[in-house]
Amino acid sequence: MAALTREETESLIQEVLEVYPEKARKDRSKHLMVNDKSLESSKKCITSNRKSMPGVMTMRGCAYAGSKGVVWGPIKDIISISHGPIGCGQYSRAGRRAYYVGTTGVDVYGDMCFTSDFQEKDIVFGGDKKLSKLISEIEVLFPLNKGISIQSECPVGLIGDDIEAVAKKSAVELGKPVVPVRCEGFRGVSQSLGHHIANDSVRDWILSNRDGQPFEKTPYDVAILGDYNIGGDAWSSRILLEEMGLRVVAQWSGDGTLAEMENTPNVKLNLLHCYRSMNYISRHMEEKYGIPWMEFNFFGPTKIKESLRAIAAHFDDTIKEGAERVIAKYTPAMDAVIAKYRPRLEGKKVMLYIGGLRPRHVVGAYEDLGMEVVGTGYEFAHNDDYDRTIKEMGDATLIYDDATGHELDEFAKTLKPDLIGSGIKEKYVFHKMGFPFRQLHSWDYSGPYHGYDGFAVFAKDMDLTVNNPCWKMLQAPWQKPVAEELEKAA
Amino acid sequence: MANIMIRRAANGEYGFYLPKRDIEDSILSMEFDTPEKWGGEIRLGNGGVYYIEPQAAPARLPYSVRARRVDGVE
Repeated sequence: MAALTREETESLIQEVLEVYPEKARKDRSKHLMVNDKSLESSKKCITSNRKSMPGVMTMRGCAYAGSKGVVWGPIKDIISISHGPIGCGQYSRAGRRAYYVGTTGVDVYGDMCFTSDFQEKDIVFGGDKKLSKLISEIEVLFPLNKGISIQSECPVGLIGDDIEAVAKKSAVELGKPVVPVRCEGFRGVSQSLGHHIANDSVRDWILSNRDGQPFEKTPYDVAILGDYNIGGDAWSSRILLEEMGLRVVAQWSGDGTLAEMENTPNVKLNLLHCYRSMNYISRHMEEKYGIPWMEFNFFGPTKIKESLRAIAAHFDDTIKEGAERVIAKYTPAMDAVIAKYRPRLEGKKVMLYIGGLRPRHVVGAYEDLGMEVVGTGYEFAHNDDYDRTIKEMGDATLIYDDATGHELDEFAKTLKPDLIGSGIKEKYVFHKMGFPFRQLHSWDYSGPYHGYDGFAVFAKDMDLTVNNPCWKMLQAPWQKPVAEELEKAA
Repeated sequence: MANIMIRRAANGEYGFYLPKRDIEDSILSMEFDTPEKWGGEIRLGNGGVYYIEPQAAPARLPYSVRARRVDGVE
């Protein structure tokens, strides 16, 4: 049962659109839809992956954010240089909580910021010399690095520096992979193109490095793709796969290493968690190495159970038994979690607005807790994501693409959700409006949320947020209804 | 001309993927689908029509091939 009927949702969309000038209204109306589960394709109902409109507040990032922040950044034993002025590197440093094992600054470099710190003279005379000096300095200071990636920022593309030439020259000097990534922020409409560019650079510079070298294979080798280990997500996914008898050869890219990535062409199956950011490399491996890939969802016991069985279906009976064994092992614990939190969360409404996979993947986890997702949307999804979302969401729920600040405010005011899950840019706005809020990009400094262990944390966090007494105290005294005041006086 | 990738979709039919634009869709029909002659006009679920130069069927899918957009959305 949706919070609003189909007609009400449609009129809400019209109401929200009314404030825009005519041209903007026409454009924005294509990005908002009322869900209809019977639809096969989202194409006719929603437009996505288009340039954001000037003048509205968008929550999107840039191609650099998609490449450095998402795909390349979490690879722990290579050094990602933010090549350009210092801001992009500094402000994207360590914000994504991609956990890893190792000693930072000695053999892993995830939390550090390496940047070429462009000055005026570098813009005028070019930064190639500086880059090549920087790379040789890195080699002296951090000799245990396994490779270097050069993440270009906007000016590098604008002045036309030849980072490929520097990369090739340095790679020969160092005897390590040096990968130039052309992820200048102005490319594309959102961080989504950054994912694509990063995938392509992995394909061109990393993936085939160990082709033809011996590798001890087993029939149960898999790789986890598109799990960035936010708060330890990849670890709580990995243990389930290992428990059912699979061997996880590589994690892309949370807590991942260069060697793991180079060994991935040897696996039997690629498991894809974030479809949006890693489908490109999966498709390439399918074509070049004949490795099938499948999407899975490790949010909430219902979806985990489905996914474990779907994964096991690709293997023989020992793995199928293993999957059943894992499910049986964790079911009592999960039933206990649900028995504890479901009564406290039953019937609560959730509104989501997140990035590439969570708007649809977490729906099952909320449903396990008896909560209902009344609206969902992506910052940077494409139509194939919406095709998949339509099936996950209830009928007559609201779906929005690249929502603006105004739209989110109005939707929240009308839908009156009991919980909003979105990013840091929305967080304090909704706090001030008095809505319980979870920051679902980096799990609000909690986690993991993947896997069975993660679900217990997820349920606890949702309870702590939704049932926190502070939300009722956010209205200023002079804004409280007069009737209430009179009652108190009497 | 665009590079497209033809793969076996989950339902066993041909699937269409255009990497440059990130368009994934079903292939409703393919003009020639025999081992000797494969390709021709392909019709997509979204109404698009592409043309692949008829050729011997690829030994295995997925298969990247040059295609020309004849009609429809991109």
